[in-house]
Amino acid sequence: MLAKRIIPCLDVSAGRVVKGVNFVELRDAGDPVEVARRYDEQGADEITFLDITASSDDRNIILHVVEQVAEQVFIPLTVGGGVRTVDDVRRLLNAGADKVSINTAAVNNPQVVADASGKVGSQCIVVAIDAKQVSPGKWEVFTHGGRNRTGLDAIEWARRIESLGAGEILLTSMDRDGTKNGFDLELTRAVSDAVSIPVIASGGVGSLDHLADGVTKGRADAVLAASIFHFGDHTVREAKELMRARGIEVRL
Amino acid sequence: MSKIAIIDYGMGNLRSVAKAIEHVSNGVEVVVTADPAEVLAADRVVFPGQGAMPDCMRELDARSLRPAVLEAARSKPFLGICIGQQMLFEHSEEGNVPGLGIFRGEVRRFPADKMVAVDGSRLKVPHMGWNEVWQKQAHPLWAGIEDGARFYYVHSYYVDPADPAIVAATTEYGIPFTGAVAQANIFAIQFHPEKSAHAGLQLLSNFVTWNP
Repeated sequence: MLAKRIIPCLDVSAGRVVKGVNFVELRDAGDPVEVARRYDEQGADEITFLDITASSDDRNIILHVVEQVAEQVFIPLTVGGGVRTVDDVRRLLNAGADKVSINTAAVNNPQVVADASGKVGSQCIVVAIDAKQVSPGKWEVFTHGGRNRTGLDAIEWARRIESLGAGEILLTSMDRDGTKNGFDLELTRAVSDAVSIPVIASGGVGSLDHLADGVTKGRADAVLAASIFHFGDHTVREAKELMRARGIEVRL
Repeated sequence: MSKIAIIDYGMGNLRSVAKAIEHVSNGVEVVVTADPAEVLAADRVVFPGQGAMPDCMRELDARSLRPAVLEAARSKPFLGICIGQQMLFEHSEEGNVPGLGIFRGEVRRFPADKMVAVDGSRLKVPHMGWNEVWQKQAHPLWAGIEDGARFYYVHSYYVDPADPAIVAATTEYGIPFTGAVAQANIFAIQFHPEKSAHAGLQLLSNFVTWNP
């Protein structure tokens, strides 16, 4: 059976891991290569880098990071953050990314999803959806870290980007992100049931049980988390052992 | 000095494949090349592929690489990966295009009506992630790899060989499908060894030393 995936997410700025990673024995917790290698050793199924580099001068640094990681870590690598054009997508793939995640640019210009998937294949194109609940059973797509409303219904938007050629959806609940209260399971399930492409649940993980809930109750195909792994509270392996104990198929 | 050619016909990034092979092959020269002469001069050949099969076939012919691929598949240790496996067959449902026809059989899309998990939930397409690869024949490329080991897949189409004797592995996803085929000097896999951590590196390492 296909395993449910666990994906640690790293925020990278100007080539350095930020929001502090706190593993014991790590010589340089800011080095994306070293952190990625550690997650690979723990059994991560993929790794996602979110490039939050503010200065446009430093934008190309992420390409070098991707090159270095891809030379040493042999699991799938997704990169997102500031991806605007098909050229941006190509540059990241050529550097060694396996998938590229598009967020705001997809909202501003949905055609970029169609153009990118037409050029490089759906399997390389992830569309990130940041959603906030606006009324019971209804969520709206937001951009810019939850600040900007788009007027788009999250479920309809998920169906739209699937039809445009997205290969996967990275779904983040802006209500839950950073809360440690667990995924918005209702949102996750609504989106997962609405599309036939894989959905990655994100936002709000505070315990290993939350990861398992994302799969069993949210019907996510993969779960993404950052801080729960970064601070050494739990390893990816522990997460998988718990998920297996709860009857979820994982790669161990 | 042994030399491995990775055939580059412009479909996707081959860096990962090259780096993974370099990682497991002590000092073997790995070249990513679109030059038919270089393919023919190599001791071993890797035939990868990404994206859609019609595009792959078109780009292969646009670079006049077909004769070199056919010759390599006839005479050298030859590893097909992903679309590079699918292209070895006669025909694909994707875009209704002919393949290279080295193996008899069809490349099919996962049937929508069978995409249901045991718990009744919907199975997503593309089939993306780590799934169990069940070995159907003993083969040097499986050396050191546990039966049922998980490899990383990402695809919506799979090969359906006419000759069951070439099936080297199967995987379950709604239906059992062929994950690997083998015949003489050819080994071809749907999954991505370059993205499959230890199991994948082991398979590539086995390929580098394989003498069919």
